[in-house]
Amino acid sequence: MSVSTIPVGSTVSLQKLRLQGLIDALTNAGYQVIGPQIADGAVVYDELDSLEQLPLGVIDEQDGGRYRLERSNDAGYFDHVVGPHSLKRYLFPPQETLQQLHLKDGHWNVEPTPIHDKPVAVIGARSCDLHAVAIQDRVFLEGPYVDPGYRVRRERLFVVSVQCRRAAATCFCHSMKTGPRASRGFDLSLTELDDSFVIEVGSDQGGQILASVEGWKASSAAIVDQAKEQSVQLERTMKQRADADPAAGTSRPRQLDTHDVHDLLLNNLDHPRWEQVAERCLACANCTMVCPTCFCSSVTEVADLTGEHVRRERTWASCFTAEHSLLNSGVVRNSTKSRYRQWLTHKLATWIDQYDTSGCVGCGRCITWCPVGIDLTEEVAAIRETAS
Amino acid sequence: MSKTSNQKSTEPANKPTVAVFKFASCDGCQLSLLDAEDELLAIAHHVEIAYFLEARTRTLDGPYDIGLVEGSITTEHDAERIRDIRKQCRYLVTIGACATAGGIQSLRNWADVDEFIQQVYATPQYISTLATSTAIADHVPVDFELRGCPINKDQLVELITALVIGRVPRVPNYSVCVECKRRGTVCVAVAKGISCLGPVTQAGCGAICPAFNRDCFGCYGPQEFVNVTSLTRRYESQGESREHLVRLVRNFNGYAPAFRAASDALEEQSHE
Repeated sequence: MSVSTIPVGSTVSLQKLRLQGLIDALTNAGYQVIGPQIADGAVVYDELDSLEQLPLGVIDEQDGGRYRLERSNDAGYFDHVVGPHSLKRYLFPPQETLQQLHLKDGHWNVEPTPIHDKPVAVIGARSCDLHAVAIQDRVFLEGPYVDPGYRVRRERLFVVSVQCRRAAATCFCHSMKTGPRASRGFDLSLTELDDSFVIEVGSDQGGQILASVEGWKASSAAIVDQAKEQSVQLERTMKQRADADPAAGTSRPRQLDTHDVHDLLLNNLDHPRWEQVAERCLACANCTMVCPTCFCSSVTEVADLTGEHVRRERTWASCFTAEHSLLNSGVVRNSTKSRYRQWLTHKLATWIDQYDTSGCVGCGRCITWCPVGIDLTEEVAAIRETAS
Repeated sequence: MSKTSNQKSTEPANKPTVAVFKFASCDGCQLSLLDAEDELLAIAHHVEIAYFLEARTRTLDGPYDIGLVEGSITTEHDAERIRDIRKQCRYLVTIGACATAGGIQSLRNWADVDEFIQQVYATPQYISTLATSTAIADHVPVDFELRGCPINKDQLVELITALVIGRVPRVPNYSVCVECKRRGTVCVAVAKGISCLGPVTQAGCGAICPAFNRDCFGCYGPQEFVNVTSLTRRYESQGESREHLVRLVRNFNGYAPAFRAASDALEEQSHE
């Protein structure tokens, strides 16, 4: 079939090996293509040239403070869920020079730093990650202060999402109403079946790129239903398994009761649980770094020895560090307890006041990548159990 | 060489003087200054290197504006000398794990030094040493610390720049994990079950070791809020032996108070 575009909302099928054509089409269109691949014992995002780099037949077992890759019985390309990386680093980079300043004849000349990076196309984003991007959009793009770098990267971002067909024990998107099925926020959305991908077109750019991929054909109604049923089935499983006792030796599947969680947390700022979690918390900031919605940054001016040339650098920062609450009078949150409480109450409660959405998408990264396995779903449940 | 020869007309008048002093150490931290190759000429332009035996034979008498001190105090003579140096320096900055925490040689603090001397030296009567290796701050007030084994040259340049400009140097005191995550390194503790000290160790190195798939062994010393007990309890629950954990924490910065308390507590538990 030779058409210039496939309409938004259409669904087509593509043989699995033909997915290479999509990678090539994106590369030829000038994108830096990013996709999931195995590095250092985890599925991470990195540059993707070939289908062979995808983690075929590999799943990720996740639990509090634990992540391990295992061989899977299914030969799927996308049977892992979410790894330590998210789209955050491609839109809001961990380190960025915002401006350069030069002193000349007693005046400061300010030079903005142009964005040189290529447009990014990400293959493999999940529903929770798309919701996380939507949340960061509110932070960086809405209101009077728009972040120029974020805006450029965001406008050029091309997203090929993947519908999850399994969930890790740390996943609780079903509680946060952010998944498992991605229904918007993608240019193309892949559902992996046994021998083909079912691809839904989510944007005009998506339709144009897909039309240039060789081998696509219109999906039959039965195939489309089968693809949708996969997500429905997963959501059902996630709800059921969270209520059932886990089998011996398996991890406890997470869920989070969000009912009135805003008032629950804010009415319990002196709950003894905050002290208890502080005894375990390392204040190492891992949770905030891996969180796909945490947006704090620190801006420092790096001068050379003359003091006449200055780079204004922005780096990821965290509410678990002293510098985050350092004012003239000193550090405001001077205990691990106050820092953990700040993070959790912001994420699940005051975020709603600020951005009209929860700051949590249920991806479970903060649980998995906490070196001591602190689990926010457990913390909220404990507070709920003995709330005042 | 006279002070006025070969100077550019733009050279700042009354340049701050810098002196570098060595105590019990390997010289690696001093070398970080010479290792700042791209910045070295600029540094020499803005400060007077007044006393730096490793780099220059000419020495100027004190007092000095900035004193950089490498090494720990291990002899009575050194304990005297640091008091004199303190008097001569407006800002006294310790550089490296030895000067800030006692260094690897502070392992002697848990052992019998006399026994070492008898074992190691052919003529032990020539050896005059203290029973301990201690940080400079245990002897004199210190204005600023640069951590690391060795220190990071970028932090050293930042320190000198800040002191020349007249502001507080910016050195992070959060964990190594922040640097790992910024660079996208996969956590070796979570993904591989390696007992890594990153979560309790201060950043500054750029998280080099985990990027090479190995554990952080704490050469920047304890981070601001250090909770070693929670971390070692976790590693023990994953099957790590207490002996290994004691050795891990009792390392280059083993005598830093937070690490020292943690390894002592672990050892006490082992003896229970």
